[in-house]
Amino acid sequence: MGRLSVNLCGIELSNPIIPASGTFGYGHEFAALYDINCLGTFSMKGTTRQPRFGNPTPRIAEAPAGMLNAVGLQNPGVDAVIAEELPRLAKVFHKPVIANVSGFSVEEYAEVSAKLAAQPQVGWLEVNISCPNVHGGGMSFGTEPAAAAEVTRAVRNVTDKPLILKLSPNVTDIVSIARACEGAGADALSLINTVLALRIDLKTRRPVLANVTGGLSGPAVFPLALRMVWQVSRAVKIPVIGLGGVSSAEDAVEMMLAGATAVQIGAANLKDPFACPNILRALPGVLDRLGVNNIRDIIGGAHG
Amino acid sequence: MRQRVFTIIENSPLTDRVSLLRLRGDCSEIQRPGQFVDLALPGFFLRRPFSVCDWTGDELRLVYEQAGQGTARLRDLPAGEKLDLLTGLGNGFDLSRAGDTPLLVGGGSGVSPLLGLARRLRKQGVQPRVILGFGRVEELFLTEDFYRLGLTPTVTTEDGSFGIRGLVTAAMDVPHSFLYACGPLGMLRAVSEKSPAPGQLSLDARMGCGFGACMGCSIRTVNGPKRVCKDGPVFDKEELLWDD
Repeated sequence: MGRLSVNLCGIELSNPIIPASGTFGYGHEFAALYDINCLGTFSMKGTTRQPRFGNPTPRIAEAPAGMLNAVGLQNPGVDAVIAEELPRLAKVFHKPVIANVSGFSVEEYAEVSAKLAAQPQVGWLEVNISCPNVHGGGMSFGTEPAAAAEVTRAVRNVTDKPLILKLSPNVTDIVSIARACEGAGADALSLINTVLALRIDLKTRRPVLANVTGGLSGPAVFPLALRMVWQVSRAVKIPVIGLGGVSSAEDAVEMMLAGATAVQIGAANLKDPFACPNILRALPGVLDRLGVNNIRDIIGGAHG
Repeated sequence: MRQRVFTIIENSPLTDRVSLLRLRGDCSEIQRPGQFVDLALPGFFLRRPFSVCDWTGDELRLVYEQAGQGTARLRDLPAGEKLDLLTGLGNGFDLSRAGDTPLLVGGGSGVSPLLGLARRLRKQGVQPRVILGFGRVEELFLTEDFYRLGLTPTVTTEDGSFGIRGLVTAAMDVPHSFLYACGPLGMLRAVSEKSPAPGQLSLDARMGCGFGACMGCSIRTVNGPKRVCKDGPVFDKEELLWDD
């Protein structure tokens, strides 16, 4: 094991840096820029049963130290992902990948998860019960412990592969949701998804986004994400993947000190397509400066 | 696509709302007119996409219109300032389809990429017809650059204060082998419907990443969903769906 390697649910990652779902497509745009095998793994674009065009545009807005998005789970549908995207990915990425699953019913979550879990390239399932940008699904499963547990159980029933539940920050008590997922069989948790937000165009006096609201991400949410990772990692025994505004190697270390076993990089990829390799290049030096030999030794280190 | 640092050589207003930005840096990744660059601005998270107006050697010309806080900040940046660009983004216009008498139609800031296109068509020995549309005479820009290429652009203004009164469509009754157009969506639709020829249209969109990752700028086409930034910004006119 190298000094950057971590273990995520029994699968070794060569490093803890993972591009977050929705900011990395199915890998190809970035594979054209650098060898994406340098990454620990990555989380594929959120996939649903049916193809989805997503929300009307504009889907993107600027924010102080961040951005809003309301893409609305645009994806080609699970069958096209299996028939087209995964074979294409196999040519450029040779590690287990995280399949991110979304749905509008418990049955849909289970069906899409079962199909993706059956693919040898898929190492983990990441179940998104926290998308703020779709209606009648998505986040509604992630804002109430019983519903979160129900989705977790349904997906648990269709796969033995490691199961990650992706949590929403748009709740009063994220710890209760986290515990419900753990109790229902989740192997790990990833948090946070984006924070429900709004921008208004001063000239038109209307919301900038066609969807009205969108999810805030980027450095603006980093301290909020850090606080939630801290709270959840104290409350559960399963590993936590920290995400939300991580933009540098120092941010990644801070997230791991808060309790994260691995770190996802989201909005930073969209601002700087080389964000992940830059973070990876900087990490050993940051560890040296901090007198840390192995990055796994700092997981939860701030809890004392 | 490449990430490159460019230095501002000139940043000066062409009109009240439109400015010229001349940059020095590595333009080698720009292959076709109609491609764009995505510019990081100090103090802003998202990059701002701008169509390439023209490029020669290591000089890149952009034309930008005041749209919001980002472009207001850009207007204040002095010569000598360094800017982080993603260059060579998007597909650009296909020059091989121009035929003998291509027609170039630009409206407002959509005039910008047509200059680089016109220069390269001239280099191919093609003499394009050019129609440039503005609101009023005070808004004209780049028209003399087309003259410098040996072209005689037809200018339209909505209020008739210069050239032909009306929209660009008022000047389109000229035979042409192929249509290249850039401008607001309504103009593109009108131009596309008026032209009997095949053609390519360059779309504007609010983008997130600019290189195909975020799905922020998707449109529906007859060939399914497309990303303006990666699959475009130039689309065949037959490919676009207007009723959306």
